Amino acid sequence: MRLNDKYTIMLISINNLHASINGKEILKGINLKVNKGEVHAIMGPNGTGKSTLASVIAGRDVFEVTSGEILYKDKDLRKLSVEERAREGIFLGFQYPVEIPGVSITNFMRTAVNELRKYKGQDPLPPGDFLRLMEEKKKLVEITSNLTNRSVNEGFSGGEKKKNEIFQMAMLDPILAILDETDSGLDIDALRIVANGVNKLRTKENAFLVITHYQRLLDYIIPDFVHVLFEGRIVKSGGKELAFELEEKGYDWIKNEQEV
Amino acid sequence: MHPVNPELITKERMLDLFTGIQPAIVQNDSPAFSGIRKKAIEAFRQLGFPDTKTESWRHSSLKESFSLNYDYPLSPPENADIQKVFRCNIPHLDTAILGQLNGWYVSKDVPLMELGNGIIMGSLAEARKKYPQIVEKHFTRYANDPESGFTALNTAFAQDGIFIFVPDGVKSPKPVQLINVIHADRNLFLQTRNLILLGKNSRLSIVHCDDSYNLQASFSNIVTEIHLDEHAFLDHYKLQNLNNNSTLVSSVFFQMEAEARLESHFLSLNGGFLRNNIRLLFNGPNGNANIYGLYLMDRKQHIDNYVFIDHASPGCNSNETFKGILDENAGGVFLGHVLVRRDAQKTNAYQSNRNILLTDTARVNSKPFLEIYADDVKCSHGSTTGQLDQDAMFYLRQRGIGEESARMLLMFAFADEIVSKIAILPLRSRIEDMVKKRLQGELQICEQCVLHCSTPEHPVEFHIDLSKI
Repeated sequence: MRLNDKYTIMLISINNLHASINGKEILKGINLKVNKGEVHAIMGPNGTGKSTLASVIAGRDVFEVTSGEILYKDKDLRKLSVEERAREGIFLGFQYPVEIPGVSITNFMRTAVNELRKYKGQDPLPPGDFLRLMEEKKKLVEITSNLTNRSVNEGFSGGEKKKNEIFQMAMLDPILAILDETDSGLDIDALRIVANGVNKLRTKENAFLVITHYQRLLDYIIPDFVHVLFEGRIVKSGGKELAFELEEKGYDWIKNEQEV
Repeated sequence: MHPVNPELITKERMLDLFTGIQPAIVQNDSPAFSGIRKKAIEAFRQLGFPDTKTESWRHSSLKESFSLNYDYPLSPPENADIQKVFRCNIPHLDTAILGQLNGWYVSKDVPLMELGNGIIMGSLAEARKKYPQIVEKHFTRYANDPESGFTALNTAFAQDGIFIFVPDGVKSPKPVQLINVIHADRNLFLQTRNLILLGKNSRLSIVHCDDSYNLQASFSNIVTEIHLDEHAFLDHYKLQNLNNNSTLVSSVFFQMEAEARLESHFLSLNGGFLRNNIRLLFNGPNGNANIYGLYLMDRKQHIDNYVFIDHASPGCNSNETFKGILDENAGGVFLGHVLVRRDAQKTNAYQSNRNILLTDTARVNSKPFLEIYADDVKCSHGSTTGQLDQDAMFYLRQRGIGEESARMLLMFAFADEIVSKIAILPLRSRIEDMVKKRLQGELQICEQCVLHCSTPEHPVEFHIDLSKI
């Protein structure tokens, strides 16, 4: 394999990543490589660092990276601000989407889309084109029209918030999408809609990191790889069958194995 | 440490000044008026100026403002370029404009306009001459401030200001805009007096602006008395955009009779030291008052909103919502006092004050306070002061929105809860513009009246589109 090929495929490479918050180490040496076109699922019990990993990749500054590296498109991600990472194609679907009273989804998305276009050296999207894009992407996650006239996430139900995350993802067309427990709090219909949205957005050029506690979501979004995160490390990796094994044996299996 | 100058404005000096200039200001007084003045100067002698020992002034010191030397103008300014000062043009805002220069009503030809529908508006000094029975019936009746001598001092010195009279049953077809511009090449001490009277079942919108023309220091002690008779409706806007060397003590007294309705908006965009003394009396049952406040302060600016609502009658609703953003070393005070008297059953009263502090050195003292003597009432209050929501910042930035833009969006959204209450749409979009400019640090003081911002000659552009928030 020629050296250059590596970079055209490899999207993100996380090497021996350690991160802490308020002096407490959460990530204790994560190693993970994701190539374009792949879907990776990260599973694990609560409190093992799944959301921390998502936040650290997105650049949340309350977490301190104490050692290790994250290479994204061959760039040292730590040198980029939160918004630069986003403009480079990293999207985080939040476990708890933030309510922002007074900011309409329409204006929020127009600002975000146009900042992204500016970064790529493109002109702002004309208002008509923007509205057409909104309509198209709304259909993808079966959002009824009035949702978009409201303030961002304000008064949304759990399902609406998660659909709104996928809608935003569709609008911004990221290269690496990290979905942090997007399935939590969803009924089966909302889960199907969210998963459908994700599946329609999968291409050979992008990749997904799907963080979930339950195997249920993976019935709808079929992963190429499954990793088990436990106490700040990836302790097991495998194909999609690993998710079924986890479902069957429970996380105690992992815990017991670690203790042995 | 700055050297502390001696206080040049003192009670004694004001009393001496009154004795000295009395002949000049009382020459047009009726016997009733000279009686009022005498009582007022005695009240001032008793009350004096407030200091930080005065309960409602504890967090607002006038020491610095009092250490400057001010001239006391006794007559209207001459040779002012009226056209230039009042070249006011909010697009599509069709208002009747009443101009005040240094507190004096600026009459083009007519000091008092008498409209076909019976509305009278113009100079208070002229109204005193022409309609003494109306003016004397109301003047000083509502302006009662037991906390400080400012109002009494204003009454003692009162010469001119705006007078508006809306007869029973008349609905003013367009908003009336009061523009008070301070324009001088020396420091002025101004005591403007306004009287606004709404008859039964009448309706009026007032946009009341305090602006400075240049950077000259000034001290304004403005008193506005507003009476809403039964079933009257007033939509009231107080817009403050003064330079950083100005001190404004603005006292607005509302008295509302039965079933009267008030929407009042205090929008403080700039000023060195601003104190809004807002006092409202429900003098009849089933009145309804919404009072909104928005203040955006930076540098060493100081804003103090004091709101006293006297629920003296049953079945009235009052709602105070004050929000502020304070940057750098700015200081803010919110003191809300709701008094529900024993017979004021079925009262609804709500007080809210929310602040965002952008720096560690900005500070706010917030004290909403309910004093309730009736038992069948619904009252609540709330106060929060904090930083910009960091979770929201991260969320916006994660979508690729730059840090500065994200801050702007959040601050504008915070302010928009108040701005969106502005019912006059051209005014709302102008205030939106001004808030955006203010938040971007551009708007300190416009060259002329603040409402000239974003003119076709000087368009305002924003990096992000906030128009559809």
